[in-house]
Amino acid sequence: MVSVERLKDISREIGCGIVASTTAAGSGHPGGSLSIKNVMAVLFFHVMRHDPSKPEWPDRDRFVLSKGHAAPALYSTLALAGYIKREELYTLRKLCSRLQGHPSRHPGMMIEASTGALGNGFSMAVGMALAAKIDSRAYRVYTVLGDGEVQEGIVWEAAMLASYRKLDNLIAVVDRNGLQLDGPVEWILSVEPLAAKWRAFGWHVIEADGESVDALVRAFEAAIKMRGRPKVIIAHTTKGESSSVMSWNRKYHGSVLDREQCMQYMKENGCGGWNCR
Amino acid sequence: MELQVSTRDSYGKALKEIGADSKIVVLDADLSSSTKTSVFAEAYRDRFINVGISEQNLFGIAAGLACSGKTVFASTFAVFVGKAWDILRIIAHDRLNVKVTVSHGGISNGPDGWSHHSIEDIAMMRALPNFTVVVPADSVEAESVVKVAAQNDGPWYIRLSKLEVPTINGIDYRFLPGKGNVLLDGSDVSIIACGAMVHAALGAAEILKGDGVRAMVINMASIKPIDVELVLRAARETGAVVTAEEGSVIGGLGGAVAEATSSYCPVTVERVGINDTFTQSGGRDLYGFYGLTAEGITEACRRVRKR
Repeated sequence: MVSVERLKDISREIGCGIVASTTAAGSGHPGGSLSIKNVMAVLFFHVMRHDPSKPEWPDRDRFVLSKGHAAPALYSTLALAGYIKREELYTLRKLCSRLQGHPSRHPGMMIEASTGALGNGFSMAVGMALAAKIDSRAYRVYTVLGDGEVQEGIVWEAAMLASYRKLDNLIAVVDRNGLQLDGPVEWILSVEPLAAKWRAFGWHVIEADGESVDALVRAFEAAIKMRGRPKVIIAHTTKGESSSVMSWNRKYHGSVLDREQCMQYMKENGCGGWNCR
Repeated sequence: MELQVSTRDSYGKALKEIGADSKIVVLDADLSSSTKTSVFAEAYRDRFINVGISEQNLFGIAAGLACSGKTVFASTFAVFVGKAWDILRIIAHDRLNVKVTVSHGGISNGPDGWSHHSIEDIAMMRALPNFTVVVPADSVEAESVVKVAAQNDGPWYIRLSKLEVPTINGIDYRFLPGKGNVLLDGSDVSIIACGAMVHAALGAAEILKGDGVRAMVINMASIKPIDVELVLRAARETGAVVTAEEGSVIGGLGGAVAEATSSYCPVTVERVGINDTFTQSGGRDLYGFYGLTAEGITEACRRVRKR
């Protein structure tokens, strides 16, 4: 098992990649990418069964980034896990890059579904979990949603089906960072009581401090053990976490640090070996 | 009286026949007895998923299953695919193996009225890259289309109908994507039709004989890819083209034929269909009301030849 200290370090590195790639791209969604870096580190380096040397291994666990705008977090994670080269991160959002503005399906790169139009990824993840059940395969499906994303109706259509079909091979994470593009989620369209909603839809709910790698490790371990129902981890996070400039600032839902601010971030977070272009 | 069968009936039958293939999963959104996926459901309960009344999720689940190696037939009424447009774009983009097989195409769901009629679906689906769009003319063709679709990887839109129509194709007929079929040769005017309008087109050709006009009749079930070669041959040989479809005159089969002819062989094209309007409740009399009959097509042939 990877130590919690190592996971924290990986999370920090994912953050470096997010900022380096979005600053180089000149656009993107760094805020909601940074808020899931702990989740991504714990998933890809502790929880999920996958093998970068066999990316299309049929029994690999599946990961669907339903909040597709956090693509830089996924790409940065994939670079650290060895699916892509770190240098490729600097092609983000550029012409002919594999790293499209929002994830574009590429199973050989662990990008299992095209996402970005919110809500759809979650429904597709439910479909993948259903396929595993039909085939009696042991792989699990993990998916990460935004807290604003649950305002989409399709999320609840799919949630209803997942519990009715007892898809206990499905573990969802809601990134409860509290901000959506236009402002605080609770001011735009309140999603509370969020845990009660998921419970009412037949899901097992685990609330966790998403800023604690340790808490996330325990949350995923508990989720895996729970049988008979799909599981959701509500991860309480901060949008723009780890950045003095971006933290809890809705501006950074959809805009990026300039080169100088990027260098400041690198210094604050000990991002040796990363540069700001 | 000749036996009349709807294309949706052969869907259930065909699914059951190919259903032994464990890769096939069939989905429906609470319309299985109408779309005829119920026939598959009875035979292969473990590979039939009724997602309930949730069309977005219908195609989301379909996409997820296809990402996991399944051949998915997902069904609802034609008009409801619009509810799931966002997901259909993903299915199209990623060339997922989802056969969007819809029943009650056009105005075949007559008495239910405009909320249940689909007039714009062909245009919509044709606009999505990577989709194969097919409107079978009869039950024989529908059965073949379903079987061929199952053998071909990628997204298909198969538009079926509730309307009972006479069978045109022989029992050994096999559908080929991108190929139209000349049912009747002629040199004075061409009628390019799909779905239930193919039978009406044959009726029009019969009426036109009385005028001394010999019409070429083409069944263009494969709307995308369309048989450009055959469309151009018809345009060249007859110099006047009429299209006929149970849908809007904007962007459907008529649009596809006009695109092909205007680029390579500009001739006069008259489009028979629903004239940019919403449709009313009614029975079979709806077809007469909107000119989707042998007589309506005949009139269009006379008009196009005068221009």
